[in-house]
Amino acid sequence: MSNRQLGAVMFAPAVLFIILLIGFPFVLAVLYAFSDARIGSTGFHLVGLENFRSILQSPSFRKALQNSIVFTVCAQAIVIVCSTILSMALEKPFRVRGLVRLLILLPWVAPVSLGTIGWKWILDSIYSVITWVLIWLHFYKPYSAPMWLGEPHLAMASVILVHCWRLIPFSTVIMLAGRSAIPKEIPEAASIDGAGFWRTLFHITIPMMTPIISVALLFGIVFTFTDMTVVYILTAGGPFDSTQTLPSLAFATGVQGSDLAAGAAISLFLVPVLVAVAYFMLRVAHRAEVV
Amino acid sequence: MQRGGFRTIGARIVHVSVLVVFTILLAFPFYWMVIATFKQNIDLYTVENNPFTFNAKPTLDHLRLLFGETQFVRWLGNTALVGALVVVITLLLAVPAAYALARLTGRWGQHLGIGIFLTYLIPPTLLFIPLSRVVALLGLQDTIWSVVLVYPSMTIPFSIWLLMGFFKSIPKELEDAAMVDGLTRFGAFIRMVVPISVSGILTVVIFSFTLVTQEFVYALTFISPESNQMVGVGIPIFLVRGDVYFWGSLMAACLITSVPIALLYNLFLDRFIAGFTVGAVK
Repeated sequence: MSNRQLGAVMFAPAVLFIILLIGFPFVLAVLYAFSDARIGSTGFHLVGLENFRSILQSPSFRKALQNSIVFTVCAQAIVIVCSTILSMALEKPFRVRGLVRLLILLPWVAPVSLGTIGWKWILDSIYSVITWVLIWLHFYKPYSAPMWLGEPHLAMASVILVHCWRLIPFSTVIMLAGRSAIPKEIPEAASIDGAGFWRTLFHITIPMMTPIISVALLFGIVFTFTDMTVVYILTAGGPFDSTQTLPSLAFATGVQGSDLAAGAAISLFLVPVLVAVAYFMLRVAHRAEVV
Repeated sequence: MQRGGFRTIGARIVHVSVLVVFTILLAFPFYWMVIATFKQNIDLYTVENNPFTFNAKPTLDHLRLLFGETQFVRWLGNTALVGALVVVITLLLAVPAAYALARLTGRWGQHLGIGIFLTYLIPPTLLFIPLSRVVALLGLQDTIWSVVLVYPSMTIPFSIWLLMGFFKSIPKELEDAAMVDGLTRFGAFIRMVVPISVSGILTVVIFSFTLVTQEFVYALTFISPESNQMVGVGIPIFLVRGDVYFWGSLMAACLITSVPIALLYNLFLDRFIAGFTVGAVK
Protein backbone atom coordinates (compact mmCIF):
# COMPACT_ATOMS: atom_id res chain seq x y z
CA MET A 1 0.00 0.00 0.00
CA SER A 2 1.41 3.40 -0.93
CA ASN A 3 1.76 6.21 1.55
CA ARG A 4 -1.10 8.09 -0.06
CA GLN A 5 -3.46 5.13 0.14
CA LEU A 6 -2.52 4.42 3.75
CA GLY A 7 -2.98 8.12 4.52
CA ALA A 8 -6.45 8.09 3.01
CA VAL A 9 -7.42 4.98 5.00
CA MET A 10 -6.19 6.45 8.28
CA PHE A 11 -7.80 9.76 7.57
CA ALA A 12 -11.18 8.61 6.22
CA PRO A 13 -12.98 7.60 9.47
CA ALA A 14 -12.45 11.01 11.09
CA VAL A 15 -13.53 12.88 7.97
CA LEU A 16 -16.58 10.67 7.58
CA PHE A 17 -17.53 11.34 11.19
CA ILE A 18 -17.14 15.09 10.75
CA ILE A 19 -19.18 15.07 7.54
CA LEU A 20 -21.98 13.05 9.17
CA LEU A 21 -22.15 15.10 12.38
CA ILE A 22 -21.23 18.59 11.19
CA GLY A 23 -21.69 18.73 7.40
CA PHE A 24 -24.97 16.82 7.19
CA PRO A 25 -26.68 18.67 10.09
CA PHE A 26 -25.58 21.95 8.57
CA VAL A 27 -27.26 21.06 5.26
CA LEU A 28 -30.32 19.98 7.25
CA ALA A 29 -30.34 23.34 9.07
CA VAL A 30 -30.36 25.18 5.75
CA LEU A 31 -33.11 22.89 4.46
CA TYR A 32 -35.23 23.45 7.59
CA ALA A 33 -34.78 27.20 7.31
CA PHE A 34 -36.48 27.14 3.90
CA SER A 35 -39.26 24.77 5.00
CA ASP A 36 -42.23 24.53 7.35
CA ALA A 37 -40.74 21.77 9.56
CA ARG A 38 -42.09 21.44 13.11
CA ILE A 39 -41.47 18.94 15.89
CA GLY A 40 -44.30 16.41 15.77
CA SER A 41 -45.12 16.56 12.07
CA THR A 42 -43.14 14.10 9.97
CA GLY A 43 -43.01 15.57 6.47
CA PHE A 44 -42.16 19.10 5.52
CA HIS A 45 -42.49 21.33 2.47
CA LEU A 46 -40.13 23.94 1.14
CA VAL A 47 -41.61 27.39 1.55
CA GLY A 48 -38.83 29.53 0.09
CA LEU A 49 -37.93 32.69 2.00
CA GLU A 50 -41.15 32.66 4.05
CA ASN A 51 -39.36 32.02 7.39
CA PHE A 52 -36.80 34.73 6.79
CA ARG A 53 -39.54 37.18 5.84
CA SER A 54 -41.49 36.50 9.02
CA ILE A 55 -38.53 36.51 11.43
CA LEU A 56 -37.15 39.73 9.95
CA GLN A 57 -40.48 41.34 10.78
CA SER A 58 -40.56 40.03 14.35
CA PRO A 59 -39.46 42.56 17.01
CA SER A 60 -37.97 39.74 19.13
CA PHE A 61 -35.63 38.79 16.32
CA ARG A 62 -34.50 42.36 15.67
CA LYS A 63 -33.86 42.83 19.36
CA ALA A 64 -31.92 39.55 19.50
CA LEU A 65 -29.77 40.46 16.50
CA GLN A 66 -29.06 43.88 17.95
CA ASN A 67 -28.23 42.40 21.38
CA SER A 68 -25.90 39.77 19.92
CA ILE A 69 -23.92 42.49 18.17
CA VAL A 70 -23.93 44.85 21.18
CA PHE A 71 -22.88 42.08 23.60
CA THR A 72 -20.08 40.89 21.32
CA VAL A 73 -18.66 44.33 20.56
CA CYS A 74 -18.83 45.62 24.15
CA ALA A 75 -17.49 42.42 25.70
CA GLN A 76 -14.61 42.11 23.22
CA ALA A 77 -13.60 45.76 23.58
CA ILE A 78 -13.36 45.34 27.35
CA VAL A 79 -11.71 41.93 27.09
CA ILE A 80 -8.96 43.08 24.72
CA VAL A 81 -8.04 46.12 26.83
CA CYS A 82 -8.12 44.23 30.13
CA SER A 83 -6.22 41.20 28.87
CA THR A 84 -3.52 43.37 27.27
CA ILE A 85 -2.97 45.03 30.65
CA LEU A 86 -3.17 41.78 32.57
CA SER A 87 -0.79 39.94 30.24
CA MET A 88 1.77 42.73 30.73
CA ALA A 89 1.45 42.38 34.50
CA LEU A 90 1.82 38.60 34.37
CA GLU A 91 4.78 38.51 32.01
CA LYS A 92 7.65 39.05 34.44
CA PRO A 93 8.21 36.23 36.92
CA PHE A 94 7.29 36.93 40.55
CA ARG A 95 7.01 34.85 43.68
CA VAL A 96 3.43 33.57 43.64
CA ARG A 97 2.94 33.71 39.85
CA GLY A 98 1.77 30.10 39.53
CA LEU A 99 -0.98 30.57 42.11
CA VAL A 100 -2.05 33.95 40.71
CA ARG A 101 -2.21 32.42 37.23
CA LEU A 102 -4.43 29.59 38.45
CA LEU A 103 -6.79 31.99 40.26
CA ILE A 104 -6.98 34.26 37.22
CA LEU A 105 -7.67 31.29 34.95
CA LEU A 106 -10.50 29.80 37.03
CA PRO A 107 -13.33 31.52 35.12
CA TRP A 108 -12.13 30.05 31.82
CA VAL A 109 -11.23 26.54 32.97
CA ALA A 110 -14.30 25.92 35.14
CA PRO A 111 -17.50 24.83 33.33
CA VAL A 112 -19.24 27.95 32.05
CA SER A 113 -22.72 26.96 33.22
CA LEU A 114 -21.44 26.60 36.79
CA GLY A 115 -19.52 29.88 36.84
CA THR A 116 -22.62 31.61 35.50
CA ILE A 117 -24.85 30.18 38.22
CA GLY A 118 -22.31 31.56 40.72
CA TRP A 119 -22.91 34.99 39.18
CA LYS A 120 -26.65 34.46 39.39
CA TRP A 121 -26.24 34.21 43.16
CA ILE A 122 -23.96 37.26 43.27
CA LEU A 123 -26.56 39.22 41.26
CA ASP A 124 -29.57 37.86 43.18
CA SER A 125 -32.51 40.25 43.48
CA ILE A 126 -32.56 40.18 47.31
CA TYR A 127 -29.33 38.67 48.61
CA SER A 128 -26.85 40.15 46.14
CA VAL A 129 -23.49 40.88 47.74
CA ILE A 130 -23.03 43.82 45.37
CA THR A 131 -26.28 45.34 46.59
CA TRP A 132 -25.19 44.78 50.20
CA VAL A 133 -21.91 46.61 49.63
CA LEU A 134 -23.65 49.50 47.85
CA ILE A 135 -26.14 49.88 50.71
CA TRP A 136 -23.30 49.67 53.23
CA LEU A 137 -21.55 52.49 51.35
CA HIS A 138 -24.85 54.44 51.42
CA PHE A 139 -25.25 54.54 47.63
CA TYR A 140 -28.72 53.05 47.99
CA LYS A 141 -31.30 52.74 50.72
CA PRO A 142 -32.41 49.20 51.61
CA TYR A 143 -35.44 48.08 49.53
CA SER A 144 -34.74 50.60 46.78
CA ALA A 145 -31.66 48.77 45.55
CA PRO A 146 -31.29 47.88 41.85
CA MET A 147 -32.51 44.51 40.52
CA TRP A 148 -29.43 43.48 38.55
CA LEU A 149 -31.18 40.91 36.38
CA GLY A 150 -34.66 42.43 36.51
CA GLU A 151 -34.14 45.75 34.75
CA PRO A 152 -33.36 45.74 31.00
CA HIS A 153 -30.19 47.85 30.99
CA LEU A 154 -28.75 46.33 34.14
CA ALA A 155 -29.51 42.85 32.83
CA MET A 156 -27.66 43.64 29.58
CA ALA A 157 -24.71 45.00 31.56
CA SER A 158 -24.73 41.85 33.71
CA VAL A 159 -24.58 39.58 30.67
CA ILE A 160 -21.67 41.59 29.24
CA LEU A 161 -19.91 41.48 32.61
CA VAL A 162 -20.14 37.69 32.81
CA HIS A 163 -18.89 37.31 29.24
CA CYS A 164 -15.91 39.53 30.06
CA TRP A 165 -15.25 37.66 33.28
CA ARG A 166 -15.14 34.38 31.39
CA LEU A 167 -13.09 35.49 28.38
CA ILE A 168 -10.45 37.77 29.97
CA PRO A 169 -8.47 34.75 31.25
CA PHE A 170 -8.55 33.02 27.85
CA SER A 171 -7.50 36.15 26.02
CA THR A 172 -4.79 36.84 28.58
CA VAL A 173 -3.08 33.47 28.20
CA ILE A 174 -3.18 33.76 24.41
CA MET A 175 -1.52 37.17 24.65
CA LEU A 176 1.03 35.87 27.14
CA ALA A 177 2.01 33.25 24.57
CA GLY A 178 2.32 36.06 22.01
CA ARG A 179 4.40 38.31 24.26
CA SER A 180 6.85 35.57 25.07
CA ALA A 181 7.59 35.33 21.33
CA ILE A 182 8.68 38.98 21.03
CA PRO A 183 12.48 39.16 21.25
CA LYS A 184 13.36 41.01 24.47
CA GLU A 185 16.10 43.02 22.71
CA ILE A 186 13.69 45.08 20.63
CA PRO A 187 11.78 46.89 23.42
CA GLU A 188 15.05 47.19 25.36
CA ALA A 189 16.82 48.80 22.41
CA ALA A 190 13.90 51.19 21.99
CA SER A 191 14.10 52.21 25.62
CA ILE A 192 17.85 52.80 25.38
CA ASP A 193 17.18 54.99 22.33
CA GLY A 194 14.99 57.11 24.60
CA ALA A 195 11.51 55.81 23.78
CA GLY A 196 9.31 56.01 26.90
CA PHE A 197 6.96 53.34 28.19
CA TRP A 198 3.92 54.51 26.20
CA ARG A 199 5.84 55.01 22.95
CA THR A 200 7.38 51.56 23.24
CA LEU A 201 3.93 50.15 23.96
CA PHE A 202 2.10 51.78 21.05
CA HIS A 203 4.87 51.80 18.43
CA ILE A 204 6.60 48.51 19.11
CA THR A 205 4.88 46.08 21.45
CA ILE A 206 1.28 46.40 20.21
CA PRO A 207 2.18 46.35 16.48
CA MET A 208 4.32 43.26 17.04
CA MET A 209 1.45 41.63 18.88
CA THR A 210 -1.18 42.32 16.22
CA PRO A 211 -1.35 38.71 14.95
CA ILE A 212 -1.81 37.30 18.45
CA ILE A 213 -4.31 39.97 19.45
CA SER A 214 -6.31 39.13 16.35
CA VAL A 215 -6.31 35.42 17.26
CA ALA A 216 -7.61 36.25 20.76
CA LEU A 217 -10.19 38.60 19.27
CA LEU A 218 -11.41 36.13 16.63
CA PHE A 219 -11.92 33.35 19.18
CA GLY A 220 -13.54 35.84 21.55
CA ILE A 221 -16.00 36.94 18.88
CA VAL A 222 -17.04 33.36 18.19
CA PHE A 223 -17.32 32.50 21.88
CA THR A 224 -19.51 35.54 22.66
CA PHE A 225 -21.60 35.80 19.51
CA THR A 226 -22.60 32.14 19.43
CA ASP A 227 -22.93 31.63 23.19
CA MET A 228 -26.26 30.73 24.69
CA THR A 229 -25.25 29.40 28.11
CA VAL A 230 -24.59 32.72 29.87
CA VAL A 231 -27.84 34.35 28.72
CA TYR A 232 -29.94 31.23 29.24
CA ILE A 233 -28.84 30.73 32.84
CA LEU A 234 -28.59 34.37 33.87
CA THR A 235 -31.78 35.85 32.42
CA ALA A 236 -33.31 33.32 29.97
CA GLY A 237 -33.49 36.26 27.54
CA GLY A 238 -35.57 38.40 29.91
CA PRO A 239 -36.79 40.76 31.15
CA PHE A 240 -39.10 41.20 28.09
CA ASP A 241 -36.56 39.92 25.53
CA SER A 242 -34.15 42.67 26.61
CA THR A 243 -31.19 40.24 26.78
CA GLN A 244 -32.37 37.79 24.10
CA THR A 245 -29.58 36.86 21.66
CA LEU A 246 -29.71 34.96 18.36
CA PRO A 247 -28.72 31.60 19.92
CA SER A 248 -31.10 31.92 22.87
CA LEU A 249 -33.95 32.99 20.58
CA ALA A 250 -33.20 30.05 18.26
CA PHE A 251 -33.41 27.74 21.28
CA ALA A 252 -36.65 29.27 22.53
CA THR A 253 -38.20 29.09 19.06
CA GLY A 254 -36.81 25.88 17.62
CA VAL A 255 -36.48 23.62 20.67
CA GLN A 256 -38.86 24.91 23.33
CA GLY A 257 -41.38 26.27 20.80
CA SER A 258 -41.16 23.26 18.41
CA ASP A 259 -40.81 25.55 15.38
CA LEU A 260 -37.77 23.89 13.78
CA ALA A 261 -37.98 25.98 10.63
CA ALA A 262 -37.95 29.39 12.30
CA GLY A 263 -35.33 28.25 14.86
CA ALA A 264 -33.03 27.01 12.10
CA ALA A 265 -33.50 30.23 10.14
CA ILE A 266 -32.54 32.29 13.22
CA SER A 267 -29.38 30.29 13.87
CA LEU A 268 -28.31 30.68 10.22
CA PHE A 269 -27.76 34.35 11.00
CA LEU A 270 -24.67 33.22 12.93
CA VAL A 271 -23.08 31.99 9.70
CA PRO A 272 -21.90 35.32 8.19
CA VAL A 273 -19.95 36.10 11.37
CA LEU A 274 -18.44 32.61 11.45
CA VAL A 275 -17.41 32.87 7.79
CA ALA A 276 -15.77 36.24 8.41
CA VAL A 277 -13.91 34.89 11.44
CA ALA A 278 -12.78 31.83 9.46
CA TYR A 279 -11.50 34.09 6.67
CA PHE A 280 -9.40 36.22 9.02
CA MET A 281 -8.19 33.14 10.90
CA LEU A 282 -6.95 31.72 7.57
CA ARG A 283 -5.12 34.96 6.86
CA VAL A 284 -3.36 34.80 10.24
CA ALA A 285 -2.46 31.14 9.68
CA HIS A 286 -1.26 31.86 6.15
CA ARG A 287 0.93 34.73 7.29
CA ALA A 288 2.43 32.51 9.99
CA GLU A 289 3.28 29.93 7.31
CA VAL A 290 4.99 32.41 5.02
CA VAL A 291 7.13 34.06 7.70
CA MET B 1 11.70 52.67 34.06
CA GLN B 2 15.35 52.43 35.04
CA ARG B 3 15.40 56.18 35.70
CA GLY B 4 15.71 56.04 39.47
CA GLY B 5 13.94 54.81 42.56
CA PHE B 6 10.80 56.88 42.50
CA ARG B 7 9.58 55.63 39.13
CA THR B 8 10.52 52.06 39.96
CA ILE B 9 8.45 52.14 43.13
CA GLY B 10 5.54 53.70 41.22
CA ALA B 11 5.77 51.01 38.56
CA ARG B 12 5.82 48.30 41.23
CA ILE B 13 2.73 49.70 42.91
CA VAL B 14 0.89 49.78 39.56
CA HIS B 15 2.07 46.25 38.79
CA VAL B 16 0.94 44.82 42.12
CA SER B 17 -2.40 46.63 42.12
CA VAL B 18 -3.23 45.45 38.59
CA LEU B 19 -2.56 41.87 39.67
CA VAL B 20 -4.49 42.18 42.93
CA VAL B 21 -7.54 43.83 41.37
CA PHE B 22 -7.80 41.34 38.50
CA THR B 23 -7.21 38.33 40.72
CA ILE B 24 -9.95 39.43 43.11
CA LEU B 25 -12.44 40.20 40.34
CA LEU B 26 -11.81 36.97 38.48
CA ALA B 27 -11.63 34.58 41.43
CA PHE B 28 -14.37 36.21 43.52
CA PRO B 29 -17.30 34.02 42.36
CA PHE B 30 -15.40 30.92 43.47
CA TYR B 31 -14.61 32.42 46.86
CA TRP B 32 -18.31 33.24 47.08
CA MET B 33 -19.19 29.60 46.34
CA VAL B 34 -17.00 28.49 49.26
CA ILE B 35 -18.73 30.91 51.64
CA ALA B 36 -22.25 29.90 50.55
CA THR B 37 -21.43 26.20 50.77
CA PHE B 38 -20.84 26.35 54.52
CA LYS B 39 -23.37 28.99 55.60
CA GLN B 40 -26.59 28.11 57.38
CA ASN B 41 -29.75 29.11 55.52
CA ILE B 42 -30.73 31.52 58.27
CA ASP B 43 -27.41 33.31 57.78
CA LEU B 44 -27.61 33.16 53.97
CA TYR B 45 -31.12 34.56 53.79
CA THR B 46 -30.96 37.43 56.28
CA VAL B 47 -30.48 40.61 54.29
CA GLU B 48 -28.99 42.60 57.18
CA ASN B 49 -26.20 40.08 57.87
CA ASN B 50 -22.72 40.96 56.71
CA PRO B 51 -22.40 38.47 53.81
CA PHE B 52 -18.60 38.28 54.05
CA THR B 53 -18.49 36.60 57.47
CA PHE B 54 -20.22 33.72 59.22
CA ASN B 55 -22.99 35.18 61.37
CA ALA B 56 -24.05 31.71 62.49
CA LYS B 57 -21.97 28.56 62.91
CA PRO B 58 -20.72 26.98 59.64
CA THR B 59 -22.72 23.93 58.58
CA LEU B 60 -22.43 20.83 56.42
CA ASP B 61 -26.19 20.71 55.77
CA HIS B 62 -25.90 21.84 52.15
CA LEU B 63 -23.40 19.10 51.37
CA ARG B 64 -25.62 16.54 53.12
CA LEU B 65 -28.58 17.67 51.02
CA LEU B 66 -26.52 17.63 47.85
CA PHE B 67 -25.14 14.13 48.32
CA GLY B 68 -28.14 12.61 50.13
CA GLU B 69 -31.22 13.99 48.47
CA THR B 70 -30.30 15.04 44.94
CA GLN B 71 -29.06 13.17 41.90
CA PHE B 72 -25.74 15.02 41.96
CA VAL B 73 -23.61 11.88 42.35
CA ARG B 74 -25.47 10.25 39.50
CA TRP B 75 -24.80 13.26 37.25
CA LEU B 76 -21.11 13.06 38.12
CA GLY B 77 -21.20 9.38 37.15
CA ASN B 78 -22.98 10.11 33.86
CA THR B 79 -20.45 12.80 33.04
CA ALA B 80 -17.47 10.58 33.84
CA LEU B 81 -18.86 7.75 31.69
CA VAL B 82 -19.63 10.04 28.74
CA GLY B 83 -16.21 11.69 29.16
CA ALA B 84 -14.42 8.33 29.04
CA LEU B 85 -16.33 7.14 25.97
CA VAL B 86 -15.81 10.42 24.12
CA VAL B 87 -12.08 10.26 24.90
CA VAL B 88 -11.87 6.74 23.43
CA ILE B 89 -13.80 7.69 20.27
CA THR B 90 -11.74 10.85 19.85
CA LEU B 91 -8.44 8.98 20.13
CA LEU B 92 -9.48 6.20 17.76
CA LEU B 93 -10.43 8.68 15.05
CA ALA B 94 -8.09 11.63 15.65
CA VAL B 95 -4.72 9.90 16.22
CA PRO B 96 -4.57 8.08 12.86
CA ALA B 97 -6.05 11.06 11.02
CA ALA B 98 -3.49 13.45 12.50
CA TYR B 99 -0.63 11.13 11.60
CA ALA B 100 -1.93 10.82 8.04
CA LEU B 101 -2.11 14.60 7.70
CA ALA B 102 1.30 15.17 9.25
CA ARG B 103 3.22 12.52 7.28
CA LEU B 104 1.39 10.80 4.48
CA THR B 105 -0.73 13.23 2.55
CA GLY B 106 1.89 15.77 1.56
CA ARG B 107 1.05 19.36 0.70
CA TRP B 108 -2.71 19.16 0.73
CA GLY B 109 -2.52 17.62 4.20
CA GLN B 110 -1.53 21.03 5.58
CA HIS B 111 -4.50 22.77 3.94
CA LEU B 112 -6.87 20.03 5.01
CA GLY B 113 -5.51 20.36 8.55
CA ILE B 114 -6.39 24.05 8.68
CA GLY B 115 -9.81 23.23 7.19
CA ILE B 116 -10.43 20.72 9.96
CA PHE B 117 -9.23 23.21 12.56
CA LEU B 118 -11.83 25.69 11.28
CA THR B 119 -14.67 23.23 11.89
CA TYR B 120 -13.79 23.64 15.58
CA LEU B 121 -15.24 27.14 15.27
CA ILE B 122 -18.70 25.80 14.36
CA PRO B 123 -20.77 26.29 17.52
CA PRO B 124 -23.43 23.97 19.00
CA THR B 125 -25.94 26.81 18.67
CA LEU B 126 -25.76 26.50 14.87
CA LEU B 127 -26.39 22.75 14.72
CA PHE B 128 -28.50 21.91 17.78
CA ILE B 129 -31.83 22.09 15.95
CA PRO B 130 -31.06 19.64 13.12
CA LEU B 131 -29.00 17.42 15.47
CA SER B 132 -31.93 17.17 17.88
CA ARG B 133 -33.93 15.62 15.00
CA VAL B 134 -31.06 13.28 14.08
CA VAL B 135 -30.79 12.18 17.71
CA ALA B 136 -34.55 11.63 17.92
CA LEU B 137 -34.61 9.60 14.68
CA LEU B 138 -31.82 7.36 15.99
CA GLY B 139 -33.84 6.79 19.18
CA LEU B 140 -31.13 8.32 21.37
CA GLN B 141 -33.18 11.19 22.75
CA ASP B 142 -33.14 11.54 26.55
CA THR B 143 -30.21 9.13 26.92
CA ILE B 144 -26.53 9.86 27.49
CA TRP B 145 -25.81 8.07 24.19
CA SER B 146 -27.02 11.17 22.35
CA VAL B 147 -24.09 13.19 23.68
CA VAL B 148 -21.66 10.28 23.36
CA LEU B 149 -22.45 10.39 19.64
CA VAL B 150 -22.35 14.17 19.18
CA TYR B 151 -19.50 15.36 21.44
CA PRO B 152 -16.70 13.78 19.37
CA SER B 153 -17.71 16.14 16.55
CA MET B 154 -16.49 18.93 18.86
CA THR B 155 -13.37 17.20 20.18
CA ILE B 156 -12.01 15.54 17.01
CA PRO B 157 -11.22 18.66 14.92
CA PHE B 158 -9.12 20.39 17.59
CA SER B 159 -7.50 17.09 18.64
CA ILE B 160 -6.39 16.39 15.05
CA TRP B 161 -4.94 19.89 14.92
CA LEU B 162 -3.03 19.48 18.20
CA LEU B 163 -1.69 16.02 17.30
CA MET B 164 -0.67 17.11 13.80
CA GLY B 165 1.70 19.65 15.31
CA PHE B 166 2.96 17.02 17.70
CA PHE B 167 3.66 14.35 15.05
CA LYS B 168 5.43 16.87 12.83
CA SER B 169 7.94 17.56 15.59
CA ILE B 170 9.01 13.88 15.66
CA PRO B 171 12.09 13.25 13.48
CA LYS B 172 11.21 11.32 10.30
CA GLU B 173 14.38 9.23 10.65
CA LEU B 174 12.79 7.35 13.53
CA GLU B 175 10.15 5.74 11.31
CA ASP B 176 12.62 5.30 8.44
CA ALA B 177 14.90 3.33 10.73
CA ALA B 178 12.01 1.21 11.97
CA MET B 179 10.96 0.49 8.39
CA VAL B 180 14.49 -0.52 7.42
CA ASP B 181 14.26 -2.97 10.33
CA GLY B 182 11.29 -4.58 8.58
CA LEU B 183 8.23 -2.83 10.04
CA THR B 184 5.52 -1.58 7.69
CA ARG B 185 4.65 2.11 7.72
CA PHE B 186 1.55 1.38 9.81
CA GLY B 187 3.60 -0.87 12.11
CA ALA B 188 6.13 1.93 12.61
CA PHE B 189 3.27 4.29 13.45
CA ILE B 190 1.83 1.93 16.08
CA ARG B 191 5.07 0.67 17.60
CA MET B 192 7.34 3.72 17.34
CA VAL B 193 5.33 6.92 16.93
CA VAL B 194 2.40 6.30 19.28
CA PRO B 195 4.52 5.29 22.30
CA ILE B 196 6.72 8.39 22.13
CA SER B 197 3.66 10.62 21.62
CA VAL B 198 2.17 9.83 25.02
CA SER B 199 2.29 13.43 26.22
CA GLY B 200 0.57 14.70 23.06
CA ILE B 201 -2.08 12.00 23.39
CA LEU B 202 -2.57 12.86 27.07
CA THR B 203 -3.16 16.48 26.08
CA VAL B 204 -5.95 15.35 23.77
CA VAL B 205 -7.41 13.14 26.51
CA ILE B 206 -7.60 16.06 28.97
CA PHE B 207 -8.90 18.45 26.32
CA SER B 208 -11.70 16.07 25.29
CA PHE B 209 -12.66 15.15 28.83
CA THR B 210 -12.83 18.75 30.06
CA LEU B 211 -14.81 19.79 26.99
CA VAL B 212 -17.39 17.12 27.85
CA THR B 213 -17.72 18.50 31.38
CA GLN B 214 -18.02 22.07 30.12
CA GLU B 215 -20.58 21.59 27.36
CA PHE B 216 -24.09 22.86 28.06
CA VAL B 217 -26.14 23.44 24.90
CA TYR B 218 -26.29 19.93 23.42
CA ALA B 219 -26.88 18.28 26.78
CA LEU B 220 -29.71 20.72 27.53
CA THR B 221 -31.29 20.14 24.12
CA PHE B 222 -31.05 16.35 23.90
CA ILE B 223 -31.64 15.12 27.44
CA SER B 224 -34.62 15.94 29.64
CA PRO B 225 -35.03 13.29 32.40
CA GLU B 226 -33.39 14.38 35.65
CA SER B 227 -31.54 11.12 36.27
CA ASN B 228 -29.83 11.11 32.84
CA GLN B 229 -28.37 14.60 33.12
CA MET B 230 -24.80 15.67 32.65
CA VAL B 231 -23.39 17.60 35.58
CA GLY B 232 -23.15 20.93 33.72
CA VAL B 233 -26.90 20.93 33.04
CA GLY B 234 -28.10 19.05 36.12
CA ILE B 235 -26.73 21.59 38.60
CA PRO B 236 -28.08 24.82 37.10
CA ILE B 237 -31.43 23.39 35.91
CA PHE B 238 -32.39 20.60 38.30
CA LEU B 239 -31.15 21.87 41.65
CA VAL B 240 -33.86 24.50 41.29
CA ARG B 241 -37.29 23.30 42.46
CA GLY B 242 -39.97 25.39 40.80
CA ASP B 243 -38.76 28.86 41.61
CA VAL B 244 -36.83 27.92 44.73
CA TYR B 245 -33.06 28.03 44.45
CA PHE B 246 -31.14 25.95 47.01
CA TRP B 247 -28.23 28.33 46.89
CA GLY B 248 -26.08 26.57 49.49
CA SER B 249 -26.21 23.19 47.73
CA LEU B 250 -26.02 24.82 44.31
CA MET B 251 -22.80 26.64 45.15
CA ALA B 252 -21.38 23.50 46.79
CA ALA B 253 -22.09 21.52 43.63
CA CYS B 254 -20.49 24.19 41.43
CA LEU B 255 -17.41 24.26 43.60
CA ILE B 256 -16.95 20.50 43.89
CA THR B 257 -17.30 20.07 40.14
CA SER B 258 -15.32 23.10 38.96
CA VAL B 259 -12.16 22.86 41.02
CA PRO B 260 -10.89 19.43 39.87
CA ILE B 261 -11.70 20.27 36.24
CA ALA B 262 -9.95 23.61 36.58
CA LEU B 263 -6.82 22.03 38.09
CA LEU B 264 -6.70 19.38 35.37
CA TYR B 265 -7.16 21.92 32.58
CA ASN B 266 -4.57 24.24 34.08
CA LEU B 267 -1.90 21.52 33.92
CA PHE B 268 -2.22 21.25 30.15
CA LEU B 269 -3.17 24.81 29.39
CA ASP B 270 0.05 25.83 27.66
CA ARG B 271 -0.35 23.05 25.10
CA PHE B 272 -3.97 23.95 24.35
CA ILE B 273 -2.91 27.55 23.88
CA ALA B 274 -0.18 26.52 21.47
CA GLY B 275 -2.96 24.88 19.43
CA PHE B 276 -5.24 27.92 19.65
CA THR B 277 -2.64 30.33 18.31
CA VAL B 278 -2.74 28.70 14.83
CA GLY B 279 0.97 29.25 14.33
CA ALA B 280 0.70 33.01 14.94
CA VAL B 281 3.33 32.41 17.61
CA LYS B 282 6.45 30.50 16.69
